Amino acid sequence: MIHFVVHEEGDGVGVVVVEGVKSGQPLEGWIMEDDKDVRVTSKSDIPIGHKVALRDYQPGDTVIKYGVDIGKVVKPIAKGEHLHVHNVKTKRW
Amino acid sequence: MQKTFWGYRRENGRVGVRNHVIVLPVDDLSNAAAEAVANNIKGTLALPHPYGRLQFGADLELHFRTLIGTGANPNVAAVVVIGIEDGWTSRVVEGIKKTGKPVAGFGIEGHGDHETIRRASQQAREYLQWASELRREERPLKELWVSTKCGESDTTSGCGANPTVGNAFDKLYPHGVTMVFGETTELTGGEHLVAARCRNDEVRKKFQFVFDRYQEVINRHKTSDLSESQPTKGNIAGGLTTIEEKALGNIQKIGRKCVVDGVLDKAEMPTAPGLWFMDSSSAAAEMVTLCAASGFVVHFFPTGQGNVIGNPILPVIKLCANPRTVRTMSEHIDVDVSGLLRKELTPDQAGDKLLDCMYRTANGRLTAAEALGHREFVLTRLYESA
Repeated sequence: MIHFVVHEEGDGVGVVVVEGVKSGQPLEGWIMEDDKDVRVTSKSDIPIGHKVALRDYQPGDTVIKYGVDIGKVVKPIAKGEHLHVHNVKTKRW
Repeated sequence: MQKTFWGYRRENGRVGVRNHVIVLPVDDLSNAAAEAVANNIKGTLALPHPYGRLQFGADLELHFRTLIGTGANPNVAAVVVIGIEDGWTSRVVEGIKKTGKPVAGFGIEGHGDHETIRRASQQAREYLQWASELRREERPLKELWVSTKCGESDTTSGCGANPTVGNAFDKLYPHGVTMVFGETTELTGGEHLVAARCRNDEVRKKFQFVFDRYQEVINRHKTSDLSESQPTKGNIAGGLTTIEEKALGNIQKIGRKCVVDGVLDKAEMPTAPGLWFMDSSSAAAEMVTLCAASGFVVHFFPTGQGNVIGNPILPVIKLCANPRTVRTMSEHIDVDVSGLLRKELTPDQAGDKLLDCMYRTANGRLTAAEALGHREFVLTRLYESA
């Protein structure tokens, strides 16, 4: 079962595509562009459509999705945690 | 791939997929009369809106371009124009008349609502009965003009619904179909990717110019980093974190093979087949209204969280890859592509599913938004009235 998808290899985040992901749950992922499998254990409850971190991040780090910069980390994020507006901000505007 | 569709060939050679007779107010004051006419003559459609008084300069030009473009759209068979006075009313009438389609204008001043409604209703009835005898004919695919804009996007838009539009656009492009995308600020963070897809330096320069111009508008008026406006609160609830992430999802709509052949101003009509970028707001109803005014006859609208938008004259096909939205808002979704995220559907199959819906819609099937009565007609304003 696919719990999350990743656009391409090298992206630092996956998108949860099922409802009800709980902290501590082992998640199976699919890297769409490369058709490969990837796994991560969730460290947060993550709603459908929201992102799971696929690596550890420190403030100032850049988050890559679609192989492109989508913003900067403002609070530490551990692999498996929920990555969203509480720990990542735009670099524009 | 199917090479034809069934549409209404208009006097100027363009082909529509709907056969509306519209009652078009020039200004806010004329909405009541326009709605009364549409109420009298069943089957006509009034397009009320809140603007058209004391606008000036580029903002007024855009107002006229949008009204004239809407009346000129081949999904419209005939037009009754109503304005508070004769001058600007006849300007709209003359603009629409260039298409050769039946159009008549009525000024309210000197007559009052009652007399205007009586005369305009008589004209609307004649147009409606005339239009009701027009028949669809089989036309080549290249005569179909297809627009796209996404709304209430979430992360599933970028990995499901938007790439499905991209797949369909890649398949339509070689057939010489005329297509458009826009949402200028919503390319922020991915503008280099669009620039790289432009046909030549001239197009690239024009794209960069309108992109930079819109960034200046944001920077001049912003009070924060625009969080909650762009991305919207709905986008954020759906998991989109930054404008960059939203933009990269958005850009999936132009596929992988299409070339950006030209850049249009708001409500400007394309002059050749291919993929056009239109400088536009990213607000759904504003952008779709501009697409209709530019002459597009079918619209692809991918959504994640479930934007419910429609348009009075442009059929809006909604597609969605979010399984929760497909379940909770099924009456709004024309094409379910949530199987993409479960590996039950390939991108190619998803694109074909959308194209199948496009042909059926073009041939006459009503979209969910049409069946639900969504007729959002929203004019873009550039600045304050005088």
